[in-house]
Amino acid sequence: MIKGSQSIQFDKSPFLISSGSIVGKKEGEGPLGNLFDVVGEDDLFGEKTWEAAESTMQKEACLLALGKAHVTPEEVRYIYGGDLLRQGIATSMGMEALQIPMFGLYGACSTSGEALALSSMAVAAGYGDLMLAVTSSHFGSAEKEFRFPLGYATQRPLSAHWTVTGSGAFLVGTRKSHVRISGVTVGKIVDYGLKDSQNMGACMAPAACDTIIQNLEDFERKESDYDRIITGDLGYVGQSILFDLIRKKGKDIKPNHMDCGMVIFDQKKQDTHAGGSGCGCAATTLASYILPKLEKGEWKRILFVPTGALMSTVSFNEGESVPGIAHGIVLEHC
Amino acid sequence: MEKEKLEKEYEQYVKEKTPVHNVYMNMLKAFITGGAICVIGQFILNYCKGKGIAEDISASWTSLSLVFLSVLLTGLNVYYKIAKWGGAGALVPITGFANSVASPAIEYKKEGQVFGIGCKIFTIAGPVILYGIMTSWTLGVIYYFLIKAGVTL
Amino acid sequence: MDYVNAFWVGGIICALAQILLDRTKLMPGRVMVLLVCGGAVLGFLNLYEPFQEFAGAGASVPLLGFGNVLWKGVKEAVQAEGFIGTFMGGFKAAAVGTSAALIFGYIASWIFEPKMKK
Repeated sequence: MIKGSQSIQFDKSPFLISSGSIVGKKEGEGPLGNLFDVVGEDDLFGEKTWEAAESTMQKEACLLALGKAHVTPEEVRYIYGGDLLRQGIATSMGMEALQIPMFGLYGACSTSGEALALSSMAVAAGYGDLMLAVTSSHFGSAEKEFRFPLGYATQRPLSAHWTVTGSGAFLVGTRKSHVRISGVTVGKIVDYGLKDSQNMGACMAPAACDTIIQNLEDFERKESDYDRIITGDLGYVGQSILFDLIRKKGKDIKPNHMDCGMVIFDQKKQDTHAGGSGCGCAATTLASYILPKLEKGEWKRILFVPTGALMSTVSFNEGESVPGIAHGIVLEHC
Repeated sequence: MEKEKLEKEYEQYVKEKTPVHNVYMNMLKAFITGGAICVIGQFILNYCKGKGIAEDISASWTSLSLVFLSVLLTGLNVYYKIAKWGGAGALVPITGFANSVASPAIEYKKEGQVFGIGCKIFTIAGPVILYGIMTSWTLGVIYYFLIKAGVTL
Repeated sequence: MDYVNAFWVGGIICALAQILLDRTKLMPGRVMVLLVCGGAVLGFLNLYEPFQEFAGAGASVPLLGFGNVLWKGVKEAVQAEGFIGTFMGGFKAAAVGTSAALIFGYIASWIFEPKMKK
């Protein structure tokens, strides 16, 4: 059922059947360390390059999700996958082995939301019983893509994020589980003209605010109707900006807000400054930390809002601003 | 117009909201790091001069040794740690230049000898060479015409 | 004494550059370019040479000194060869630093593997 101007409420909610999470060493040493399915030892995952390592993580995350649900790749109808690299190469390389029809997505760090929205829409529409949604990011490949070679001597500003090395995969379908996707709010591009790619939290916060407010409006809900409103990777700077922006709209999400980028690392011990980021940040946190709480019924209903900063190195060099996007996924215990 | 004003306001607001490094503390660290590297340079310079090597050849030996040390520390994954603490203190000396050449060489080796290392070795240091040469050439041309005009510097 | 002067002069140049890094949107690459160009201009204005006599390595090791060396190379070449010297001196003067960085950097790419930051 179409809800409001940007949302869908599913008449027959698709279920989030299983998930897989795989992360790098640093993430494994973080606060969520023992919750991930697999923690890699050397961040190369047996490959020769960061890019190949990222592809391997994606494949492994998918296989983990499939294995937990005892599903073979042939049974999966479509994959919705994405990463941060140019032309989404990590996904293309990683998914080849599975031989499942695929849609490659790009939504920067919001891709996990985009993938979950599309896969649940396809299931709800009856175009398949099983879909995979998968995203990944890798610190090494992202630094190379967006910043500098890893050995280059720089100081990171306090507003900078630390790209999460990790991949999360989700099996979405009609088979009953304890978590269902009851609705989605697809986000718009929101751009407040900020040009600082070293402050992605501030670039994405307006998009997160827009999507959250729109979700509440479309579903005619209050902030407190959600046990948690969980953003992807706004980090410490982005969170405080989000609170201000939401307050200006006459709402308050302070008591039940959580940010994946802030829980995945220990800011003080791990020197990650503003927090974690990347397609893998929200995905692995959802798989390892959020879903178990929903499955147990500790949380009944949450709004999962992965956020993306849609810059490229070219647009940045050409002086363009960094547009933001955020997608809202309503997850419920059942 | 309205949008521009809002963007300015947001930029200002974000500036106030965003924590920044303590610049005095960072300056102190840069001072110590940069100073220490220069002292190492002075030591090499004095050593060479003490051996009776000419002034400018001694300076060349100094550059060479510092570049070598920096490349070695870059390869051992140590130089970025010095820079994390010392900031500009590690960037500004010639060791920073060497790091900016060695780090892409190591990182991009996976993309091949020619298109990886070859094309990308100057990704960071290239601008320094280009604008250094452009500036000194321009000044040289000015100098040439000043001499022609009989002005002596 | 020359060690003391090298330390504090080199240190101050770095501390000033730190302000550029922390308080402006200039990225490290731009700061490096500014320093080299600045060094060449200071050399042209005859300001760098006396400064370097005082501070020794404190003035020659920072990239400002690299700029000054570039200018000195051009100047000497112009004196010796005339106009064509403007095209000769720069690379000659920068030869040791640049070649060393390229050669050692290339050798390093054979020996070392890319590693993660911690």
